[in-house]
Amino acid sequence: MLELRDLAFGYGTSRVGTGVSLTLRPGEVLALLGPNGAGKTTLFKTMLGLLAPLGGEVLLDAAPLETLDRKERARRIAYVPQAHAALFPFTVRDVVLMGRAVQVAPFSAPGRNDREVAAAALERLGMAHLSDRPYTEISGGERQMTLIARALAQQPKVLVMDEPTASLDYGNQMRVLGHVRRLAREGMAVVLSTHNPDHVFMVADRVAMLHEGRLAGLGPPADVLTVERVKQLYNIDVVMGVLPGGSSKVCSPRLGPGD
Amino acid sequence: MKNAADSDRGNWKLVVFGILGVAVLAMASMAIGKYSVPPSAILRVLFAGLTGGQPDVDPIQQTVIWNVRLPRVIAGLLIGAALAAAGATYQGLFRNPLVSPDILGVSAGASLGAVLAIFLKMPVPVIQLMSFCGGLLAVAAVYGVGTAVRGRDPVLTLVLAGVAIGAIVGAGISLVKILADPYDQLPAITYWLLGSLTAVTRADVGSILPAIVIGLLPLAALRWRMNVMTLGDEEAQTLGVDTRLTRLALIFGATLITAASVSIAGIVGWVGLVIPHVARLLVGPDFRRLLPAALLLGGGYMLIVDTLARSVALTEIPLGILTAVVGAPFFLWLLAYGKRGWS
Repeated sequence: MLELRDLAFGYGTSRVGTGVSLTLRPGEVLALLGPNGAGKTTLFKTMLGLLAPLGGEVLLDAAPLETLDRKERARRIAYVPQAHAALFPFTVRDVVLMGRAVQVAPFSAPGRNDREVAAAALERLGMAHLSDRPYTEISGGERQMTLIARALAQQPKVLVMDEPTASLDYGNQMRVLGHVRRLAREGMAVVLSTHNPDHVFMVADRVAMLHEGRLAGLGPPADVLTVERVKQLYNIDVVMGVLPGGSSKVCSPRLGPGD
Repeated sequence: MKNAADSDRGNWKLVVFGILGVAVLAMASMAIGKYSVPPSAILRVLFAGLTGGQPDVDPIQQTVIWNVRLPRVIAGLLIGAALAAAGATYQGLFRNPLVSPDILGVSAGASLGAVLAIFLKMPVPVIQLMSFCGGLLAVAAVYGVGTAVRGRDPVLTLVLAGVAIGAIVGAGISLVKILADPYDQLPAITYWLLGSLTAVTRADVGSILPAIVIGLLPLAALRWRMNVMTLGDEEAQTLGVDTRLTRLALIFGATLITAASVSIAGIVGWVGLVIPHVARLLVGPDFRRLLPAALLLGGGYMLIVDTLARSVALTEIPLGILTAVVGAPFFLWLLAYGKRGWS
């Protein structure tokens, strides 16, 4: 589906990361874990074709990304940015409709079919009741869901989500992760970035850890996301384990006497 | 909540209402002045003018309406509509509600062209032509620099290039002002820089009409794409939009109509900044509704301002002064109380 082969990425001549190889499978959630500055955003931009690879290649359905035109890419891979403050008060419905841009001719406007796809995307995420609300007046969690709905309206095979739980309150974080899980069960391939090991345990089938621009580990979270790895990535001592009655491992920091 | 079909019907009502409102304003504007003309005579003159007959009215009335006020009213409508449409486009494109049509230096470039032509004692059509070309050249330079710089946010780069090149052009304008004859040329330059429709002729209207129509074409055609562009460059790209080409087409259109307006009216500030906000308050941010609303409101607003400019005082008040006096307080009010326009 989406494959990175010995990828080197960065801006212009400055290399941010190198030697990244991984394959994203349908129905899989891959979490990208790494400290600030590890190159997660740059890697995403390269996966999306916004930045050209500095070495190696990005393959989408076995074809190098740069051989696909912008529209081909947008039909297969959708980007979910962090919930942002929009400038203009478009309604939730209008924002989701923008996900149809690739299907709408430049001089045209969305038609009945596009409106139906957008409405179905909102329905799928339980957001239909907010369709007429201005995007500027809904909560952060609802904005994130709106952006996911917009990505679904693109009808892609791959979702790339940039820290989908950042800046959300606790309840909304869990709801967003629940929806990510469900989308993967329905066959979507999802790659998301996060800072929270708990979220990785909860939602990810595999985790890729990025440290100083290199892959520091790749595999099922239970195997590779260890206490030592967290110490390496974030320089924090943690303990891990499943709480009584819990469903997935959690990670708890141990602050030393000097902290 | 209304469904899409209902709101479409509502839109048509609004458009018809808007056109009627602007028509009434146009009639009023032609009736009002030092030499007042009754509406019946205006209608007769217009009808005769369109059918090529001789109207059954006082010949002075006919001259005043047909040769003086009608061109001026049409020019006012065109310029107000053009500036408001360009402002709405740039505000969306640059994702900034404080942006006006001269963000990329079109007014500065047009001013330098006009000021230079006045300085060189050129006739009026040459002043207009040099102004038009100056505006286009300035924006071309800004766009050239903006796209030559790679690896940065292209929108921000364009704005900053606009600021820098605007400063250089501004220095040129100041230089010409210093060198200009203070008794003859400087007043003309100052007057031009404040904007006026005093000397507008039918020929002027004819000369800017093609540019305005051509400039409005991409804005109207890309009316929905414009919405997607407000998401910013990278997001729009991931949605499959060719942002570079779309941005170029929109900037081209907005620049063309602004340059055309400035070339015959001089610098008329605030219209392109304030009117898009009013339009957004009334019809929301969707460019499919915003564009017609901005066109109608901008045209109507300019008619009112121009009518005031030539009737409230013994001498004509430059448009730029009135639009600032009316526009700036309104903008402050919007800042304090208008919540729906942007956030």
